[in-house]
Amino acid sequence: MNKMTFKSFRYTALAVAAAASLALTSCGAYDESRNAAAPTPAYAAPASALTIDETWAKAIDGGMTSAFGTVRNSTGEDITIVGASTPAAKTAELHEVIAGADGGMKMQPKEGGFVVPANGEIVLEPGNDHIMMMGLVKPVQAGDEISLTLELSTGDTLDFTAVVKDFSGANEDYGDLADDEGMDHGTDTPAGSPTHTK
Amino acid sequence: MTQQPKTSTAPASEPPKKRGVPRRNLLFGGAAASLGALAGAATLLPGGKDQGELPPSSMAIHGSQTVPFYGARQAGISTDAQSHANFVALELNPDLPADRIKALLKLLTDDAARLTQGRGALADTEVELAASPARLTVTFGFGPRLVELVNPAQKPAWLKPLPAFSVDKLRPEFNDGDLLLQICSDDPVSVAHAQRMLLKDARSFASVKWVQQGFRRAHGTENPGTTMRNLFGQVDGTANPQPDTGWHEDVVWGREEIAPWLENGTSLVIRRIEMNLDTWDELDRPGRDASVGRRMDNGAPLTGTNEHDEPDFEALNSSGFPVIEDFAHMRRARPENPVERIFRRGYNYDGQPAAGDISGSGLIFASYQADVQKQFTPIQKRLDELDMLNMWTVPTGSAVFAVPPGCAEGGFIGEQLFT
Repeated sequence: MNKMTFKSFRYTALAVAAAASLALTSCGAYDESRNAAAPTPAYAAPASALTIDETWAKAIDGGMTSAFGTVRNSTGEDITIVGASTPAAKTAELHEVIAGADGGMKMQPKEGGFVVPANGEIVLEPGNDHIMMMGLVKPVQAGDEISLTLELSTGDTLDFTAVVKDFSGANEDYGDLADDEGMDHGTDTPAGSPTHTK
Repeated sequence: MTQQPKTSTAPASEPPKKRGVPRRNLLFGGAAASLGALAGAATLLPGGKDQGELPPSSMAIHGSQTVPFYGARQAGISTDAQSHANFVALELNPDLPADRIKALLKLLTDDAARLTQGRGALADTEVELAASPARLTVTFGFGPRLVELVNPAQKPAWLKPLPAFSVDKLRPEFNDGDLLLQICSDDPVSVAHAQRMLLKDARSFASVKWVQQGFRRAHGTENPGTTMRNLFGQVDGTANPQPDTGWHEDVVWGREEIAPWLENGTSLVIRRIEMNLDTWDELDRPGRDASVGRRMDNGAPLTGTNEHDEPDFEALNSSGFPVIEDFAHMRRARPENPVERIFRRGYNYDGQPAAGDISGSGLIFASYQADVQKQFTPIQKRLDELDMLNMWTVPTGSAVFAVPPGCAEGGFIGEQLFT
């Protein structure tokens, strides 16, 4: 159900750029007014035709981590998630997991973003499409709640909160990305052991 | 000790029927004063259906049955006892701050809310195992240290280890604990999966202190409402204040003289009782009957004929001795003070025999009451002083927990401590 089609060429230079700009504006007047209409954690932004639930992120002591959830589209038109941002990290990207040349699975930014089919849903989950948060501003530990914003092809945004959980999976190889700063996420860090209050 | 279905239509005036499987009580079972005993007995009638009258039918699949999680009170207490229970005591990490305890309770509440309704927890890697909850419940209890760390002013006076009893041979690995998870279901796989998920989410905050696994008859083996038998073969729990009675309401959830620590809260005492089946084997039926004051075959008091007959403690035999002897468990457990009553929701265990032994059996004695000191401790003191059953039973573990109220959707178990 999380199979996506690439019919959009909207992939502009990188979700990172969009995300970066969003991060700057996500606390702006637009968001505040929208949040005023939805005082509880905004799992479903009223202005958006998309909703997201079952949201969580993986605990990690630093670097990068992933967020997951189920996104539903109640409209008759496909809607594409084109970017993501969070105050918890310098950047956030939309990632997919693909089979690498060496046979292993690798993560990489998803070209074109995540298409949520009309009257359908996609599942962001370990081993599959997910939201990657890079350059965490501080450790994220089990029980924390991370605010995230998704930028949609409609021009709307979708705010939600992801609860952080200890999780041993989601350790896919990062391929070339592993050279980047902070890309040592996961592979050698058992969930639960990080800086938590143990 | 499954209890009667809520749909029971048996009139309170109807005398208890003799049923296919009788009942009888072990440790505190005789603690029923007359009024309570009558109330408990009447509501125990399983809708007039005897075991032998159950219609032959194809197997009914019950895995999808659920018990509501959200509510003023926690589930798993007045809930008809499921077939399987794991009692898991956690020890909080040193110096865990209150806001981290809050985060832990929120995580575990969310897990319990989902799993009990047949949904996978968030980040559940074996979500298929959650699909058949079979009346799964998760009940939380707080040990002294958790309450001290969060809100010492709320700590009830009774929230501490029980006084030492002469019969005790307690082992540290079955004592105490900061946070208790009572996980019950009619399916042991659902219990195992829920425990796995809860412990995965607790691992950054706490470590496992002990786990006690218990069982009763499997779902569907006996008619609901049949009093359980322990592994001594005794009908165990005849005089228990059954849910949906005013008596149960008072005993578990409190009233004026025995106010609960928090409204809709209660307390849980867990005693691990080792039962020596080998020396019990040396005792013939008359001796077994005499040890409790009830008949092994149907649980009737030795002065009566049916399980729920009121015992006559004044009755003498032809030699002039009491029919129910002075050392009989039932006589010793029964209180003069009607406040001293408890609600038992215990389970058998059958563990690895020690080297050279052939049995490692016993009872996880789980007792709910509004006030430990006023209700539980006096009974245990009397039994410690004299109880024939002490010949074959040894308490090897003991723990006391304050059970917080339930919560509404969006809330979490224990939220009252953080206000």
